[in-house]
Parts: sequence; C-alpha cells; structure tokens
Amino acid sequence: MESVIPILEFKKTCVSYTKQTMAVKYVSAAIERNTITAIMGPSGCGKSTLLRAVNLMHSLYQNIRVDGEILLNGENILSMEPIDVRRRVGMVFQRPAPFPTMSIYDNVLSGFSLNGIKLSKAEKDTTVEHCLKSVALWDEVKDVLNKKGTFLSGGQQQRLCIARALAMKPDVLLMDEPTSALDPIATKHIEELLLDLQKEVTILIVTHNMGQAKRISSKSMFMYLGELVEYGDTETMFTNPIDERTKAYLTGKMG
Amino acid sequence: MAALTAVPLLAILGEVLLRGYHQLSWAFFTEPTPTAYKAMKAIEAGEPIPGGIANGIVGTMIMLGMAVIVAVPLGILCGAFLAENSKNRFAQFVSYLTDLLQGTPSVIIGIITYIWVVVPMKGYSAIAGSVALCIMMVPLIVRSTEETLKILPASLKEAGLALGGNKARVMMRVQLPAAFGGIFTGILLAVSRVIGETAPLMFTALGCSLIRFSVDKPISAVPLLIWEFFNDPNLQELIWGASLFLLLFVLALNLTAKYLAKKWNQ
Ligand SMILES: Nc1ncnc2c1ncn2[C@@H]1O[C@H](COP(=O)(O)OP(=O)(O)OP(=O)(O)O)[C@@H](O)[C@H]1O
Ligand SMILES: [Mg+2]
Repeated sequence: MESVIPILEFKKTCVSYTKQTMAVKYVSAAIERNTITAIMGPSGCGKSTLLRAVNLMHSLYQNIRVDGEILLNGENILSMEPIDVRRRVGMVFQRPAPFPTMSIYDNVLSGFSLNGIKLSKAEKDTTVEHCLKSVALWDEVKDVLNKKGTFLSGGQQQRLCIARALAMKPDVLLMDEPTSALDPIATKHIEELLLDLQKEVTILIVTHNMGQAKRISSKSMFMYLGELVEYGDTETMFTNPIDERTKAYLTGKMG
Repeated sequence: MAALTAVPLLAILGEVLLRGYHQLSWAFFTEPTPTAYKAMKAIEAGEPIPGGIANGIVGTMIMLGMAVIVAVPLGILCGAFLAENSKNRFAQFVSYLTDLLQGTPSVIIGIITYIWVVVPMKGYSAIAGSVALCIMMVPLIVRSTEETLKILPASLKEAGLALGGNKARVMMRVQLPAAFGGIFTGILLAVSRVIGETAPLMFTALGCSLIRFSVDKPISAVPLLIWEFFNDPNLQELIWGASLFLLLFVLALNLTAKYLAKKWNQ
C-alpha cells in the first residue's frame, strides 16, 4: 500500500440546498498534487456546488448542508475554521471580479489586507511584481499599478484575480469556468498560464469547454445529476470512456 | 403628469425667490439677527432691515455636524448588520423598529429629547438639538446603507471571503467601499431631510439671537429663525431671505445626491 496522502480527497461528499434533494451525491475522489483536474458535465449537474464545497463557501448560507468528508492534506476541512481553509484554498470565479474600489496593486495584496496581515513596502512591491509576473500581467500593467483593476480588459481582470489568489500561496486553486466570459485569445493566455502554474499549485477547474479540458488537464471528472460518474486520466476518458453517459456527453449526444 | 409635480415646486421656488432675493447680501450671512427695535427703526426710515441670519446658520451647522458625526457611524453599522442578517429574528425586529422610528412625527422626537436631554442637563442646548436631529437621521441612514449593500453583487463579498477575510474585514474593505456612493447619497438626503426641521428644535435648541459656538447653551437654527421672524411683525421681512437660503441649500444637497447616485451607478 502506498501511503502518500493526496492533497485533496473527497469522501462520500454530499451537498444539499433543500431537504428533499441533493445537488452533489456521495462523491469520492482523490486529487493528485500539482495536477490540473477538469470537472465536466451538463449544466446543473453540481460542478459549481462541488467546487464551492472545497473552500467552504456553502457555510455562508444557512440552509445548505455539506456531508461526508473533504480532506485537505489528510485533514477534514468540514471541521476546520472556514478562514483557515480559505487561506489555503484559493478561488477564481466565472466573472472576473477585481475589487472595484481597489487599485491593481491593492487588488493583488487584498488577501493580506483582508486577513489583517501587515507587509512592509518592500515586501508588498516584491509580492505584487512576483504575482503579476506569474500571471504574465506585469508588463502590461506595471505603469498603471495605481489605476483601478476594473479598467482592465476581461482577460486581464481574470489574470489579476488569479494573481490575487496566488498571492496567498494556496495549496489548491479552484476555478469555476474562469474563461467562459473571455474571448479565445484571452482564453488561450489563461490556459498557457495554468499549465505553467501547476508546478506551484494543484488546480481544480470546472469547464464546459471539452477542448479546454483536453488541452490543459491531466485528470478529468465527469458528473451527471450530482453523481461523479467517471474520474480518471483525461486522455483515457476522451479516447475510451467507461460509462455510457460519459460517452454520450463527450460525443455531444447529451447536454 | 411630470409637469404637474413640477408646478408646485416651481411656484414655491418662484415665490420665495421673488420675495427673498433682495435680502441676500454679505451682511445677511455674516451678521446675527437684529433686535426688533433696530428693525423697527430701519423700517421707519425706509431702509433695509440690518443684520442677518448668521446665528441661525452657525447653529444649524453645529447641530447638523454633531448629529452627522454620531448618526453616520451608527446608521452604517446598523444598516450593515441588517443587510448581513436579514433572516435573523433580532435583525427583523430592528428593521421594524427602524421603520417605526422613520415614521415617528418629529414633534414627538422633540418632546422626548426634551425629557431625555434638556431636563437632565437643566437647560436648552445645541447638544439637545443635535440629539433630536440625530435620532431623525439614523433610520434614514440605516435604510440607505442596507439597501445599497443588498444590491451589491454577492460575488463581491464571496470573493473577499474566499481570500480568507473575516466578515468584518470584508465588510470594511470590500462591501462598504463598493457601497460608498449609495451610502453617501443617503447621508446627503438624510441631512436635507432634517435641516429644515423646526418642531424638534423648539423643544431642544430653543434659539438665540447671538452667534454662538458653545454646545451647552441655547442656540439658533435657520428654521427656528423663520418661525421667530414670523412671530415678530418688525422682522417679518427677513422670513424670505432665510427661507430662500434653506430652500437653495436643500436643493443643492438633493442635486448633489442625485448626481453622485447617477455617477456611481454607471
Ligand atoms: N443556491 C442554490 N439554491 C438551491 N439550489 C441550487 C442553488 N445553486 C444551485 N442549485 C441547484 O443545484 C444543482 C447543481 O447546481 P450547480 O450550480 O452546482 O450546477 P453546475 O454543474 O455548476 O451547472 P452550470 O454548468 O450551469 O454552472 C442544480 O440543480 C441547481 O438548480
Ligand atoms: Mg456552475
């Protein structure tokens, strides 16, 4: 038996918004460190719901229940403080959402200020430069760091949001359709960026774009009606899916 | 239909403007109310009434200033609490109380403040006046803060919390700054709502014919002066200048608020 602890592991994870129905049903899967895992499936199958369970977003809303276990480095996050979990698990949303009242500079550092962590001016400068370089945004914005982040293009804003999440050095980065609001060129930029970033961080990405999953992910999940139908190597899943439903979805006969 | 609502406003503005504009002079804004005797002499000599409403302007500004300093943080805090806890029983109760307070007649707020502040302090004062104005402003600021926070996209708050911020910091650094425009507009509207209040000040500030900067003595206010001028046949001429000043001030506040709200919504 190999005893390497996976960075993230779902164990019979269930999420329900109402008493009667479950949006995510008994999902079990171990996510490998420093990989990109794509989550696919038809609209409403529970992809976002599963993703948002990982950084305890559901705990913000009273009537949402999360059951089972989600282990981060072997520790069940469902019994951890949400703040501690969220510092280690970053999230990038579908719509680029830089904080509208903050400059580009302050947006990158917002994780620190929101956590009450004080940095020296020098630390701030190096963090901003490093993070913006790692999302390939530095050259484009280095002269306008004091401008509002909302002046940037959609793709640039999304890269800024990734930089903001990376600044906190998370173990895991959750991305919910991060490129669905972007044009193909901006999308390509972000994909290249993610391939580069997997050296530093484990990425879980929800995508409707099968091409994208194929291009960037090494593992893929296929979800259907809240269940995890299939989970394995992306290549295998695209060339030789095991489940009929996966096959139907990937060949465009569903969803 | 729109013209129908414009008619009374324009008629009021026109009337006050026609009767009041010739009083607006430098002295009107820098000198205190004349005595009835001086005014009578001037009228007999066929000269314009000397003096002005500086005592009222100073009093109004002092009381508004003190009221704003307390009402703004209190109102924002309370509004933020209501916006974040709309399902909580206690919050619903507070929300209901806010509605009631907003609907309480100002004369009642005046008499209550008289009992709570004037009686224990053994005298009328600017402090008492500002307490009454503050009580009237708080519910307005609570509501505008709550409404503005509620229409912010949920993604903004979630993005802040997803970075590991606690609720208070996300509120202070993300939600409230994003809501600044709406909240500021609400404050301006609250100020313009109470600046012309007369009844509560009669029970609390009382009035004073001197320009005064102390907060523990009776003090004047522009709406109080209008009432005093009305009751003194020798001073009645001054009503219109004071009214014009008040009207233009409120109009300016409202226009600024509208402009800011529009700018912010873009
Ligand atoms: N806040 C909510 N309250 C109640 N039900 C919800 C809520 N959010 C999602 N659901 C339901 O949970 C199920 C899963 O939704 P989820 O958003 O996770 O789907 P998804 O796979 O992300 O879909 P999409 O691809 O359209 O984003 C859906 O049936 C949806 O209606
Ligand atoms: Mg979704």
